[in-house]
Amino acid sequence: MNKISDVKITDMKERYKSGVLKYKQMGYWEPDYEPKPTDILAVFRITPQDGVDPEEAAAAVAGESSTATWTVVWTDRLTDSEYYRAKAYRVDPVPGTPGQFFAFIAYDLDLFEEGSIANLTASIIGNVFGFKPLKALRLEDMRIPPHYLKTFQGPATGIVAERERMNVYGRPLLGATMKPKLGLSGRNYGRVVYEALKGGLDFTKDDENINSQPFMHWRDRFLYCMEGVNKAMAETGEVKGTYLNVTAGTMEDMYERAEFARDLGSVIIMIDLVIGYTAIQSMAKWARRNDMILHLHRAGHSTYTRQKNHGVSFRVIAKWMRMAGVDHIHAGTVVGKLEGDPNVIRGIYDTCRENYTPQNLQHGLFFDQDWASLKKMMPVASGGIHAGQMHQLLTYLNDDVVLQFGGGTIGHPQGIQAGAIANRVALECMVKARNEGRDIWNEGPQVLSEAARWCTPLRAALDTWKDVTFDYASTDSVDYVPTPTAS
Amino acid sequence: MKVTQGQFSFLPDLTDADIAKQVEYALEKGWAVAVEYTTDPHPRNTYWTMWGNPMFDLKDPAGVMMEITACRREHGGKYIRVLAFDSKKGWESIRMNFMINRPEYEPGFELVRAEGPGRTVRYTLRSHSTAAYPAAS
Repeated sequence: MNKISDVKITDMKERYKSGVLKYKQMGYWEPDYEPKPTDILAVFRITPQDGVDPEEAAAAVAGESSTATWTVVWTDRLTDSEYYRAKAYRVDPVPGTPGQFFAFIAYDLDLFEEGSIANLTASIIGNVFGFKPLKALRLEDMRIPPHYLKTFQGPATGIVAERERMNVYGRPLLGATMKPKLGLSGRNYGRVVYEALKGGLDFTKDDENINSQPFMHWRDRFLYCMEGVNKAMAETGEVKGTYLNVTAGTMEDMYERAEFARDLGSVIIMIDLVIGYTAIQSMAKWARRNDMILHLHRAGHSTYTRQKNHGVSFRVIAKWMRMAGVDHIHAGTVVGKLEGDPNVIRGIYDTCRENYTPQNLQHGLFFDQDWASLKKMMPVASGGIHAGQMHQLLTYLNDDVVLQFGGGTIGHPQGIQAGAIANRVALECMVKARNEGRDIWNEGPQVLSEAARWCTPLRAALDTWKDVTFDYASTDSVDYVPTPTAS
Repeated sequence: MKVTQGQFSFLPDLTDADIAKQVEYALEKGWAVAVEYTTDPHPRNTYWTMWGNPMFDLKDPAGVMMEITACRREHGGKYIRVLAFDSKKGWESIRMNFMINRPEYEPGFELVRAEGPGRTVRYTLRSHSTAAYPAAS
């Protein structure tokens, strides 16, 4: 094959001659391009096939995620094609990883339909991820301009209104996922809900795969759960909630379940990520109309977020979900059983909770992001955490988070209520100590053992789980480490 | 029963020294401290009686402690809570809430179940305190 020049062709007659051109020649590589404030920006990690020039690969990603096809088409000339072409404007090698590059691409606002995650993602992660000249492709981060953000509803409730409704301030909220995941009858299930809430949790939670199986029909679950919730409220004087999972096979079924939950007085419902972006946006609008907190379980995400070389990073999913309008999102624990590098998790938590996140490469944030007053999304830390880690959880995750101790509540040797008490006491004594100015990172274990002297359930929890840690290397880590600068 | 609203209800009752430290934390954050009391701690009773406005201009924990002491002297048999208000954009809400006083006997709530169609139940929580003293809430 003849070596074709890869300079952008400016002679229009030449440019639109039938045949195949390089993406750079077609105009998808614009190293001098200055992104406009209204542009949607994306950074991809690209792994070009051997012999493929990284700039050409970046141009190809820009092309395939916007206007291009594999060959020249004359119909481009009927459009203002220069305007619609996405522009790859920068390629950086990934530090310490030969063969991988960060490709920065700018998309004009007019390429996307307002208020539609489905449309945004159909372009950005549409065909391009299967593109042959790349071995692998990962969407690392995006900058969504306020002009586009403002076309989305955002979280139905948001952190501030959720706290006001729950009457819980100044500490993380506490939750637990009901276990065993499968097999409990409605009556038995409601028992676990009641015990955990009565013991001191704010929330209990259906698991992602609890929908309406032969062992427990959804209506049965909702009825018994709400009996447990209301009984616990009467006995504690606190507002309580249980995430009733309304995930189902069709939107009609989901609406029916959500309406039943509302009619029974539930303050919160739940959906799974696998229902899809459009269904999530629909449920977020329903939640806003019905004063409902909307919990999202990120079921399925690890199939595409975990490996660094291919897929979509979770910080991007978190951005999309804040736009789509959920109130809760599982966002990692750092210390628990599931994937979570501390720096990556910090970037994701900031994405959920801040109104402005500046570029911070050490946290995996590639762009300044102004959230334009879109409501804040409450991150949820769930999976293999227990009371003995409270000082670490509070240090890493801070106050605006739901800490979910499933096994760490239900598996308590003295029963579910005792498990809930242990978690609540551990949390309150740690918040109190931190506010008093104690160094909880170092003194945390001592703070806990002081409280365990008067709280037997906490003592038992600490004894049971004292040695449990999940200390494995993260597969999804950041590529930038801080370098000392001369001051 | 024990009403467990607030961020420290599972701990032993806070001493005055404990309270002062939490107040100091709030003031350091730039939040305004407020004191409120009620006889009806129903979970949806949002608006307790204010012991004056939030103390926007009080920066000394000792001053706040004087108000707390005064409120306790007058309303010793009631629920009293300390709140901290954050006026920062994006919050503009409460950031702390802890109980500093409660009646010796807490009457609690009755859970009233009104059975509806099918197996549905409408739940109502009724405060025993308002049932006993309807005018005092």
